Amino acid sequence: MIDLQLVLDNRELLTEGMLYSLQLTAFATLGGIVLGCLLALARLSAFKPLSLLSAAYVNLFRSVPLVLVIFWFYFLIPYFGFQIGPDKSVFITFTLFEAAYFSEIIRAGIQSISRGQLAAAYALGLTYPQTMRYVILPQALRNMLPVMLTQTVVLFQDTSLVTIIGIKDFMGSTSVVASNNGAMTEMYTFAAIAYFCVCFPISMLLKRLHKRIAVIR
Amino acid sequence: MNADASTMIRFVNVNKWYGRDHHVLKNINLEVRQGEVVVVCGPSGSGKSTLIRTINQLEPINDGEIWVDSVRVNDPRTDINTLRAEVGFVFQHFNLYPHLTVLDNITLAPIQVKKITRDLAERTALELLERVGLAHKKDAYPANLSGGQQQRVAIARGLAMNPQVMLFDEPTSALDPEMIGEVLAVMKQLAESGMTMMVVTHEMGFAREVADRVVFLDQGEIVEDARPEEFFTNPRSERARQFLRQILAPLHQ
Ligand SMILES: Nc1ncnc2c1ncn2[C@@H]1O[C@H](COP(=O)(O)OP(=O)(O)OP(=O)(O)O)[C@@H](O)[C@H]1O
Ligand SMILES: [Mg+2]
Repeated sequence: MIDLQLVLDNRELLTEGMLYSLQLTAFATLGGIVLGCLLALARLSAFKPLSLLSAAYVNLFRSVPLVLVIFWFYFLIPYFGFQIGPDKSVFITFTLFEAAYFSEIIRAGIQSISRGQLAAAYALGLTYPQTMRYVILPQALRNMLPVMLTQTVVLFQDTSLVTIIGIKDFMGSTSVVASNNGAMTEMYTFAAIAYFCVCFPISMLLKRLHKRIAVIR
Repeated sequence: MNADASTMIRFVNVNKWYGRDHHVLKNINLEVRQGEVVVVCGPSGSGKSTLIRTINQLEPINDGEIWVDSVRVNDPRTDINTLRAEVGFVFQHFNLYPHLTVLDNITLAPIQVKKITRDLAERTALELLERVGLAHKKDAYPANLSGGQQQRVAIARGLAMNPQVMLFDEPTSALDPEMIGEVLAVMKQLAESGMTMMVVTHEMGFAREVADRVVFLDQGEIVEDARPEEFFTNPRSERARQFLRQILAPLHQ
């Protein structure tokens, strides 16, 4: 089923592919959390236009398949006169796309913090940005950590979609080795096992983390 | 303008509505002088929390004026964060920051709002913890403290801003009975040090012993404003008499 020799012979290509996938995941997660925080705060703002804009953004991205967003950015951005190449294109795409999901997670996290926390911070003279930064967000992010990491695992799997615009992420590298050597079954089985080996242990860890955080609260 | 240089808090014809037709504060006029301790009591839903929360604008008012020292609280030009730094507030449910240690709970606002150095903030915090008898808990998290201890930390947190006024909204009503005393003792000590205090509470022992005045609120109106001995022995209104009967001897109505 698996041709270990073939995997070993191409280990550099495959390792590079895996690193690419992990980098994309890490970048989109961090970027998505930062942008998602801003979107969540905008969504919760009392200033209606800002709130509506954020809601529109989130709903748009959550209603379109990721594949389409990847294609759309890849083909449309050059059309507007920006030559950024496929790599930058997917890093941006994933960040923008993930931000929509993270913003919903963070919004729920912020709303889960009791109003008393807000009142206590305000009563001591903290401004809104200070209150968010030192009181609300640290608690919200900690409560949301397991859900966010779950989202990251999903994101990691989704990065395999970049193969469709010819990027050599882990999936892309696997495809190249598979077609060059006529070893579809072997290589795709190997890829499946590799994805499983990364995601499953993390999911298990998350379950335990979830329990621990639930206890702390 | 301020009627008297030693007036610390002043309500002038204050009205507040929740929504369109819930009139929670009705034409409130009230003065608290510097160093005075005023206890606010009244039935549930009478507007006590709302009243005390308007002083630092945790609740906005619709009409009238509120002054703290010589600052008009509800003036749009007033820097509300500067004002709040001068007014300590202690909540019924403590509202300590659960993700920070006791020390960090106390130093956060002095460092961020007053911009004093961490070193100085921590020294002040330790002195205050000493004062409320919790110096040994400086590195603990709120979840590991008893309710009474949490409330004492919350009082230290308020004092760390070196406020001119301390407000308390039912500081002991979320506590187990055996912990009420330790919190009241800290409050009494604070009152004796000359702090101006407004305290919403049903602890009539505290009112009798520590308060200079008792304000009785009912349905958003100040019904009585008297010295404690007068309020307890000779309340003028039937509403206050009934309230006192309920609270002092709940089983014998
Ligand atoms: N945010 C709010 N929106 C609408 N109505 C409110 C709000 N907060 C309080 N109320 C109502 O205003 C009235 C006064 O509330 P408040 O909390 O000031 O009373 P209280 O005297 O502190 O009562 P308690 O002894 O129960 O704490 C109550 O009828 C309450 O239901
Ligand atoms: Mg109340």
